[in-house]
Amino acid sequence: MFARIDKLWLTTLLACLIPLLWLFLDIAFDQLGSNPIQALHIRLGDWTLRFLCLTLAITPIQTVTRWRGMTVYRQLFGLYTFFYASLHLLAYLLVDHVLQWRLIGIDIIESSYIWFGVVAYIIILLLAMTSSKWSKKLLGKNWKKLHRYIYYAAGAAILHYFWQLKGNLVEPLFYLIIIALLLGFRVLVWLTNRQLSKMMIPKSRE
Amino acid sequence: MIIKTQKAIATSEITDPLIFKQRRKIIKSLLAITGASIAPAWANDNKSAWLNLPESQFSEKLLTPTPAELIKNYTNYYEFAFNKEDSTELAQSLSVDPWSVEISGAVEKPGNYHLEDILRQQTMEERVYRFRCVEAWSMVVPWIGFSLGNLIKSVKPLSTARFVKFTTIEQPDVMRNQRSNAMLTWPYSEGLRIDEAMHPLTILAVGMYGDVLPKQNGAPLRLIVPWKYGFKSIKAIVKIELLEKPPLTTWNQAAPSEYGFYANVNPDVPHPRWSQNSERQLGSRFFSPRRQTELFNGYGEQVAALYRDMDLRHFF
Repeated sequence: MFARIDKLWLTTLLACLIPLLWLFLDIAFDQLGSNPIQALHIRLGDWTLRFLCLTLAITPIQTVTRWRGMTVYRQLFGLYTFFYASLHLLAYLLVDHVLQWRLIGIDIIESSYIWFGVVAYIIILLLAMTSSKWSKKLLGKNWKKLHRYIYYAAGAAILHYFWQLKGNLVEPLFYLIIIALLLGFRVLVWLTNRQLSKMMIPKSRE
Repeated sequence: MIIKTQKAIATSEITDPLIFKQRRKIIKSLLAITGASIAPAWANDNKSAWLNLPESQFSEKLLTPTPAELIKNYTNYYEFAFNKEDSTELAQSLSVDPWSVEISGAVEKPGNYHLEDILRQQTMEERVYRFRCVEAWSMVVPWIGFSLGNLIKSVKPLSTARFVKFTTIEQPDVMRNQRSNAMLTWPYSEGLRIDEAMHPLTILAVGMYGDVLPKQNGAPLRLIVPWKYGFKSIKAIVKIELLEKPPLTTWNQAAPSEYGFYANVNPDVPHPRWSQNSERQLGSRFFSPRRQTELFNGYGEQVAALYRDMDLRHFF
């Protein structure tokens, strides 16, 4: 049983690298269009958002299906979100701005869409740093509180996407809807639980 | 007035003249073989001449043009598509032959002019210009066109004419975002102050790289104002009006706080949501530095006088 789960986990671990491999192939065969550097930013940003959605989807899936042991997948997707976000940031700093810190400084100060990206990245970085079982134990109740910030990261990431576009909002809208649905599901669960506990309390008193 | 066109250019931007000429020869010979038969009627008269055009004093001859394939596949033509690739194919369904332009408003000789007739009257020139998009990317394009000022003079503007308004064709049958009324107010329109329109750097382009304009790049007739952000350089023009008052322009109307009427390239005036300090040149490689954006896109010596007493932050 465990071996089978580990196998699936390992397959997932490797499968999450396919987007990166795909990107390398597109770079090698010059398939990124007229502005490959911008295409690189969009590709890596897109995959960050996709992994963020996947991470957020795990708990609702677990609630609906009552499958157990999916926490490891939530952690895995979460870490991949951090991985692709880091590549996105590195591409900005290194591939596009070649570590020209003066230009980078001006760009960040003058571009409000980047601020949202920075906020999202700092949150994801903190969550990645505290993703181990060991930190979970250490932080106790605070761990859950801290890791709820993923919703702020999701919001900031979507704003980061929206805020840089001239007008076409279809793509970020797509992510916004997905994340709103996932968040909506949690609110629904929370409301039903509260309702249930309200019903239970007077009963137990009687 | 003496207009200076010489200015310092970074050595990295300069192509060896010998290589440059060889490239031109190759391109021209290729065009001679393939191009002539598919050109629209209004271009046929002039096209052979386009291959050996006089070198304009306003052309930046030493700049290396961006490869044509990149220019043709990276366009903002929102009538067709909101991304930069799909218009390449979608724009092919636009019929550009025959084409006429309505010139009206404060002119002595208003009328509906056939493009063919306009081109016969005007002197074609090749102008290698930098093109800077408000989205912080740029390219260098060898346009073929003629002075807008000369066209305006030929229809005798009245002294009351202080602005020029341009309008793109309205053809919802083929322009799907006009059909669905998506995003902007159609048809697209742009405007210039009369002195900007009369400036010798301002041209109406009908071609690039020695050939007719690709449809996705604004065929058959588009404006080019090289010191302004690309959205000012309106495509597929069917109407030119001379007006007393400043016209409403499409992007300015859509988001007045983000896109001004002037839209002069200016690294010190950021867009409200992003910096305009540097630009990514199409055709540049990974790990190559961005280009530092220049005031008036590098055409300051020629055009700064137009805005002498103006606060460029206010009139962005």
